[in-house]
Amino acid sequence: MNAVRSSVLRQARRGGAPSGAILLLLALVAIIAPFASPYSFHATDFDARLVAPALGSQHYFGTDDLGRDLFVRTMMGVRITLLVALVASLVSLVIGVVYGTVAGFLGGRVDALMMRVVDALYALPFIFFVILLMVTFERSLLLMFVAIGAINWLDMARIVRGQTLALKEREYVEAARLIGVPTRRIILRHITPNLLGVVVVYLTLAVPQAILIESFLSFLGLGVQEPRTSLGALVNGGVAHMEQAPWVLLIPAGMLALILLAFNFLGDGLRDALDPRAARR
Amino acid sequence: MHRTGAISFALMRLLSAMPTLFSVIVVAFLMVHAAPGGPFDDERRLPPEIEHNIAASYHLDEPLPAQFWRYFSGLLSGDLGPSYRYPDYRVAELIGDALPLSMRLGAVAMLLALVLGVSGGTAAALHRDRLTDRLLTGVAMSGISVPVFVIAPLLALLFAVHLGWLPASWTGGSGLSRYVLPVIALALPQIAYVLRLTRASMLEVLGSDFIRTARAQGLCRASIVRHHALKPAMLPLVSYLGPAIAGILTGSVVIEQIFGIPGLGQLFVRGALNRDYTLVLGIVIVFATLVILLNLLVDLLYGWLDPRIRRQ
Repeated sequence: MNAVRSSVLRQARRGGAPSGAILLLLALVAIIAPFASPYSFHATDFDARLVAPALGSQHYFGTDDLGRDLFVRTMMGVRITLLVALVASLVSLVIGVVYGTVAGFLGGRVDALMMRVVDALYALPFIFFVILLMVTFERSLLLMFVAIGAINWLDMARIVRGQTLALKEREYVEAARLIGVPTRRIILRHITPNLLGVVVVYLTLAVPQAILIESFLSFLGLGVQEPRTSLGALVNGGVAHMEQAPWVLLIPAGMLALILLAFNFLGDGLRDALDPRAARR
Repeated sequence: MHRTGAISFALMRLLSAMPTLFSVIVVAFLMVHAAPGGPFDDERRLPPEIEHNIAASYHLDEPLPAQFWRYFSGLLSGDLGPSYRYPDYRVAELIGDALPLSMRLGAVAMLLALVLGVSGGTAAALHRDRLTDRLLTGVAMSGISVPVFVIAPLLALLFAVHLGWLPASWTGGSGLSRYVLPVIALALPQIAYVLRLTRASMLEVLGSDFIRTARAQGLCRASIVRHHALKPAMLPLVSYLGPAIAGILTGSVVIEQIFGIPGLGQLFVRGALNRDYTLVLGIVIVFATLVILLNLLVDLLYGWLDPRIRRQ
């Protein structure tokens, strides 16, 4: 574990740490900044429609087609996007870890069957089922959390299962079993804590996935609903006005790209640190 | 012996796809019918008799199993029921009109992704850790991170609005020029994935013994790559074809929306926003069937290329 920790630090000095810092900073700004602005995210001002961004004005990022302040809206979008992504990833984490641990620990036929199910699910275009859900039910944040989490757990389940298979052959697990520790306790006390490193890495890689799905839905108008907004919804609004007012598109689009890149670099860096074989490729 | 093995392998795979397909249909059907509120709930309340008549004419008053049986037997004969929002059309007609255009776009994008991704990945592997490699992998990373619906409007802004080289929308242009931007936007993320995959597997193959032997025999690098390394390096790519197909299908929903292309993706989004349940249900089933069947083809292709798989 010590070797792991030092390699994490080594890797962190490369791409991971700046990405993590950017994300933290952005999250902080997104939480605090809207309070500092004189504008609210939903108040319209028809005398100040599509105002261009300028340093001197109070509208740092300009305004949209309804005269709403784009800075505050973008920050609200960052908040919602990060919130949905984090909660949805936690949902997928719970499902994936439970499924993967059970399959890996039980092994044999049960394991084979459970993994066949995962394989079959991999082949399905899940996003369309999420859209079906969003069409037929009341669109709410809660539904988004569950729906995105429910389609995003397959990778996690595979990784956790592989790790569990390796862990349960270890001597200390065998020793625990010999002295009669119940299975449930072995899983909770000996297997799960050792999964932590891998799980954290794949969580950082699951978050950008969740962001993609959320912004995809919101872009299509099926995700976060007005007056609340997310980066995907803002990009969608920007496309309609990109000819007269390119900033309405460019600012949220750039913010979304920045967040996704940062998460991917962070996840890649962490994965390389924990799995030196992947780094060498 | 060998041939019967291949055929039984194909048949088994086909059979194993059937339950998946059936459960997709059942789940999608149930999801639509479990929805709170009917498809005809409007702000304006209709008299109960009329509501009852509408429900009866769409067989919504029958018990659920009967409705499913009606729908499923319709499916088998290629009928996906009536559209709720376009009363004069059958869902199958609407899909039939939109599908060919989407298929054409998707196929061209796929081809582009394979050609550019493989050549880019090979180039990156051959120039490992040098500028070309850094540049290509950097571009690929952004291609993976930045979603299609961000890239596509940016492309339109640059090439259509500012430079004026290409039409920004389907109706704004004619001929082949209107295919260019949508196809590129659709292909970009897949180019990025294929590039990364090819680079990784090419590096692995280039480090293996038979390549060293070939080099020791004094073969030039170009001929080593072309005749020895390329084929084994392609193998992992074949298994990526399935996810690539799904990715292009998903991307087409957004791309058609942005460029105003009258394909299946646009029909899907319009149906979703209008709560045209039968249309959305039909398109989900068509999408799922496409993905499952194409995955099946990829599986067969893989088994044909790599006989080790068949024996398992």
